[in-house]
Amino acid sequence: MAGRSITKKIGALEFSVLSPNEIRKMSATKVITADTYDDDGFPITMGLMDQRLSVIEPGLRCKTCGLKVGKDKCPGHFGHIDLAMPVIHVGFVKTIRNCLRATCRKCGRILLSDKELEEHQKIILKNASEGRDNAYIFKIIISSATKTEGCPRCHAISGKIDLDKPTSFRENGKKLTPTEIREWLEKIPDEDLPLLDINIQSARPEWMVLTVLPVPPVTVRPSVTLESGERSEDDLTHKLVDVIRINQRLQENRDAGAPQLIVEDLWELLQYHVTTYLDNQTSGIPPARHRSGRPLKTLAQRLKGKEGRFRSNLSGKRVNFSARTVISPDPNLSINEIGVPVEIARELTIPVRVTTQNLEWCKKLIKQTAQPEKPGEDYRPYVNYVKRYREGVEQRMKVTEKNAGDIAEKLELGFTIERQLMDGDIALFNRQPSLHRMSMMAHRIKVMPNRSFRFNLSVCPPYNADFDGDEMNLHLLQGEEAKAEAEILMKVQENLMSPRFGGVIIGGLHDHISGCFLLTYKDKKFSKEKTSEMLATFKYKGKFPEVHTLNGESVVYGRDIFSVLLPKDLNIEYKSKACYHCEVCQAPDCPHGAYVIVKNGKLKQGIIDENSIGSFKGKIVERIIRDHGTAAGRIFIDDVTRLGIAVVTVIGFTTSIDDEDIPTEAKRQIEEGLQKAQNKINTLVLAYERGELESLPGRSLEETLEMEIMRVTGRARDMAGEIASKYLGLNNSAVIMAKSGARGSMLNLSQMSGCVGQQAVRGERISRGYKYRTLPHFKKGDLGASAKGFVANSYKSGLNPTEYFFHSMGGREGLVDTAVRTSRSGYMQRRLVNALEDLKVESDGTVRHTGGEIIQFQYGDDGVDPTRSTTGKAVDIDRIIYDVSHGG
Amino acid sequence: MMVMFSKKKSAQKKPVTQKKSRIIASNKKRPALKTSVKAKISKPKKKPTHAKGVSEKKKVKRKTQMVVAEKKIEKKKEPERTFVPPPKKTEEEPKEFKAIRASIHKLLKKDFLPISIIDGIVERVAQDKKIEAKLKSIVQKALEEYTKNCIDPTEACGMISAQSIGEPGTQMTMRTFHYAGVAEINVTLGLPRLIEIVDARSTPSTPMMNIYLRDEYRINSDLAKEIANKIEITKLTDVADIEMDLVNITIAIKPNKKTMEKKGIVINDLLERVQSVRKLSAKIEKDTIKVMLDEPGYKVLQNTNEMLKNLKIKGIDGIKRVIIRKEPNEGYVIYSEGSNLKEVLDIEGVDPYRTTTNDIHAIARELGIEAARNTIIQEAYSTLSEQGLNVDMRHIMLVADVMTADGTVRAIGRHGVSGEKSSVLSRAAFEITVNHLLLASQRGESDKLNGVAENIIVGQPVNLGTGAIELVMNPKKRKQKEK
Repeated sequence: MAGRSITKKIGALEFSVLSPNEIRKMSATKVITADTYDDDGFPITMGLMDQRLSVIEPGLRCKTCGLKVGKDKCPGHFGHIDLAMPVIHVGFVKTIRNCLRATCRKCGRILLSDKELEEHQKIILKNASEGRDNAYIFKIIISSATKTEGCPRCHAISGKIDLDKPTSFRENGKKLTPTEIREWLEKIPDEDLPLLDINIQSARPEWMVLTVLPVPPVTVRPSVTLESGERSEDDLTHKLVDVIRINQRLQENRDAGAPQLIVEDLWELLQYHVTTYLDNQTSGIPPARHRSGRPLKTLAQRLKGKEGRFRSNLSGKRVNFSARTVISPDPNLSINEIGVPVEIARELTIPVRVTTQNLEWCKKLIKQTAQPEKPGEDYRPYVNYVKRYREGVEQRMKVTEKNAGDIAEKLELGFTIERQLMDGDIALFNRQPSLHRMSMMAHRIKVMPNRSFRFNLSVCPPYNADFDGDEMNLHLLQGEEAKAEAEILMKVQENLMSPRFGGVIIGGLHDHISGCFLLTYKDKKFSKEKTSEMLATFKYKGKFPEVHTLNGESVVYGRDIFSVLLPKDLNIEYKSKACYHCEVCQAPDCPHGAYVIVKNGKLKQGIIDENSIGSFKGKIVERIIRDHGTAAGRIFIDDVTRLGIAVVTVIGFTTSIDDEDIPTEAKRQIEEGLQKAQNKINTLVLAYERGELESLPGRSLEETLEMEIMRVTGRARDMAGEIASKYLGLNNSAVIMAKSGARGSMLNLSQMSGCVGQQAVRGERISRGYKYRTLPHFKKGDLGASAKGFVANSYKSGLNPTEYFFHSMGGREGLVDTAVRTSRSGYMQRRLVNALEDLKVESDGTVRHTGGEIIQFQYGDDGVDPTRSTTGKAVDIDRIIYDVSHGG
Repeated sequence: MMVMFSKKKSAQKKPVTQKKSRIIASNKKRPALKTSVKAKISKPKKKPTHAKGVSEKKKVKRKTQMVVAEKKIEKKKEPERTFVPPPKKTEEEPKEFKAIRASIHKLLKKDFLPISIIDGIVERVAQDKKIEAKLKSIVQKALEEYTKNCIDPTEACGMISAQSIGEPGTQMTMRTFHYAGVAEINVTLGLPRLIEIVDARSTPSTPMMNIYLRDEYRINSDLAKEIANKIEITKLTDVADIEMDLVNITIAIKPNKKTMEKKGIVINDLLERVQSVRKLSAKIEKDTIKVMLDEPGYKVLQNTNEMLKNLKIKGIDGIKRVIIRKEPNEGYVIYSEGSNLKEVLDIEGVDPYRTTTNDIHAIARELGIEAARNTIIQEAYSTLSEQGLNVDMRHIMLVADVMTADGTVRAIGRHGVSGEKSSVLSRAAFEITVNHLLLASQRGESDKLNGVAENIIVGQPVNLGTGAIELVMNPKKRKQKEK
């Protein structure tokens, strides 16, 4: 990018305490009047809004530097208030206390012998050179010096220093005034300060007792003019008014020789105001309040916490060139694409520099602005602004229908046009909470009608998005480097593999899986016409899959249709989700079709389900990405999802409440089983009441009973589920979804058709509510199944009122759990990120802190990137051996 | 062609040497600073990256143990901890394994492959003799793959690890209690346990030990029970009924014969323990122990009664309950609720090489920082996988290494790693903003703007990933060349 030179870099930031002299030196004016504006609305000189402290109204010029607020930006200038009497800085009370306790009140030296001091000094220097924390040494110095009674040098007896929170000190019970404290601190010699954790280059202890208070520039505390013409001042200004007022009164009283008592009261009041000006949440004093009763937001509050300057303005910043709207799905888009509403595309721009190569194109674009497209015509990008630099000053022209022609004519090389979005532009797409890096990925823009962002369903898992009203953000990239980086590192296809566990996180889901399951389940056959129809959905251009003739009909096997998508050199064998985990695995000849074999890009046998193409698990997707690159992976995901949907459309796939119907015979069996469980519980309870129950080791009788009953109820539910699923076959859509991993589980199904089972709160049967019973419907002390939250009904048969109530209790616990969990895990992640964000793999393979400290000598002990690893393994040895032994 | 220039990072070489000197220094200096704390050698972090590493680790372990034993003599004059030689490797590696291993190393020449990969190849090749002929191409392919899979320099691996561990946190259960491993013992699991590990709490909320036994102890159930009795804390109420005699102001302790026998205690043991309590005297009358007070009084009697109830007869402090289970291929294993690694390791018959606890600090104290690191990894990994969450081991390792990098177990958070960062801005941006700024000004600290947070605050590119490359095109030079 010519024209842009290498920008300067900040090397380091130093922190120090301002000395009174420095404060006076940097001050533009002394502030003496507590008022802000006079009756004409003009700022009072030497008041808090003095024009030398910079100005806030646009157009006015600052009286110190002569710059305006808007473009050339006056940075603002500090003023100062001379305090009539010194006042303690709240932030430094601890340091002041330590200094007073550790030093002699007469000679100011630390109350330790020279030898001791020297020893401490040595350790401090050594620790500092090794980069160790010195905090504990300072603690030792202070505590041992405090214990010393007489000064080893001048033998003056030191008193006991007490700190009355927040800011007053007592020596042997007698109050020390800030003036006295300041005099004492002045006595501490420079050479002793490093031993009190004070750097002589940056601070002196007496500066921690304020004699002069800096007044921040007006730009820091701008006043707002309300609609009624009234002026509303910033909280800081209010506080400063208080400080000046009391300061004035204190000075007048002191100069007039008022009684000691009055002066001291005013002095204390001044201390209070300065304290709250610095920190309005100091414990021990009431916070200063606004007239409305709202506590004032003073200096410390501005910086602190989540809404403070640091976390909300410095670590995170607001940006331009961004958009936010509701999201909706569009299966016809590629996973790399995003559908952007025309309204957004017209508003957001991308800068294009006019060069010899694109001059004509730019002119065309500008001219287009004058001819809006008619309804029915395709979207055309216009130009919103034309920018040019003249003598270092930027000029920006708005392009309108009227002036478009003129501007196009005047367009020269070196100008920059800000054109509207068009198809193929790259943009970052993000959903909050951004828990991992896949929460922000780059997509290619496709401008579309209607007003929501649209993207492929397969991209939902990384964003953790659904379409129940979720909103997402779009950020446009303005520089060439940024665009290149996004293209190479952030595009969706570059993030198919998760760095968390080294597997795919983007793959088919829901209908895509159901579709592929149906396509490959039990030698499914299709007619030639249907096959063409399905292949056409993803614009297949290759060879038509093999046609077989069966009973005079020409048919195509489903697995051959699926094979069309596979690369020709794909060889893989694995167990699919349909695997029953039989005791003796018959591997290649699985009777359930759960063993998938792909040879030379041909699906030989097995069912394609979640384990093949699903997100998080898809084995085929993973292999294709590994062997053929991310672009091939993207194409496969795009095509397999479209094929899945096509199959589902062709065959027809639906689920409804009658999927959960089970025959009366099954119902009878379940009822029988539940009755048996009921009886068993009753015997257990009886045994317990008679004291015949044998307790488990280390458990009380009650606990044993509970555990036994929980086991019985659990088994009862499983039994109901087993019976139900025996009667629900693979001709049932709900079962297909559960078995293929598309949606739902067999547990969900058995709860719907069999029995809901035991409801639990805190992992135990429900036992709270009334005295000795859960609900008044039961006898006191009833330990039976239904009295403690066992739901014998299924969702379909319907719950009775007590069951419904217990079920709601369990449901409520789940909701509370989620609410608590999100906040707790969010904080944990914040801490983890803060602790680990500075780690980096160096060129030599070590992991280091940006400070240079080595954390690991080799990343992860083997230097392997988890993203590239095969679910954690550095190298997939089994695969290498398979390849080699099968003639690789 | 374009002419480029790159700023050579002169700083890169430097830290290496600094760090090395620090490590060497740390060995000697650490004990000098905190003499009261057990003279634990904070071993320099050394990662076993090749075959040697394994045996090295064992050595380290043995050394630390001897150090502990020596220290004890100086301090308490307790009998020296019986030194148990580490179990011999029962299975020497078969010859054919060795042969394959040797040929792999030959094929590798100077190239490097992690030990896990070599092990994997050896195992599989030994199983299937047919592919031994193709060993060369296997090794070559593995090497190729390994080089391809290595992590890129400048990768922000810390951030990725933090995200990889934090992100599944939302999917974990809050359910505090669950039964892990042994059905009878409650253990904190899920998110609360993970937070506990990351926080490096001084004691876990549910301390637990897996006590493995040695030799005949693990085969013989009576011997195992004996050890269990030695470990489990037995209080007076557990083995005897205590009755107050308000008339004579005495207390009668009536031992329960059945439980006494079970725990292997005789009445004289009880008497001994009761007599050791101050301000009372006791004697045996028939089958009961009669306790008389030196200063009789109603209130004193009640206090003494309470105290006697909780009187420890036998066992180790902190271990509330033990469960003995017979594990396949192992024999008897003792699981305990409550943990006290130090004393359990001293018990005769306990295998100190395998006995573990979930108390990370106890491990750091007794077995050293390397062991603590391994425990953090082990505990965090098992909590995550117990929830069915798949997180790569390397991420957890990095967290554990950050926590233990300076030789002590530090928490992730404001009292540990984050609070000790060198950058003022980074600390201020995390928590307790104002105090950090004030302290920095008093100390005159300077922020070198090396880290991520600082650079974001001042609006500069971050020194990680693509931001770490300082390669810039110089337009002027290009013009000159064109001319």
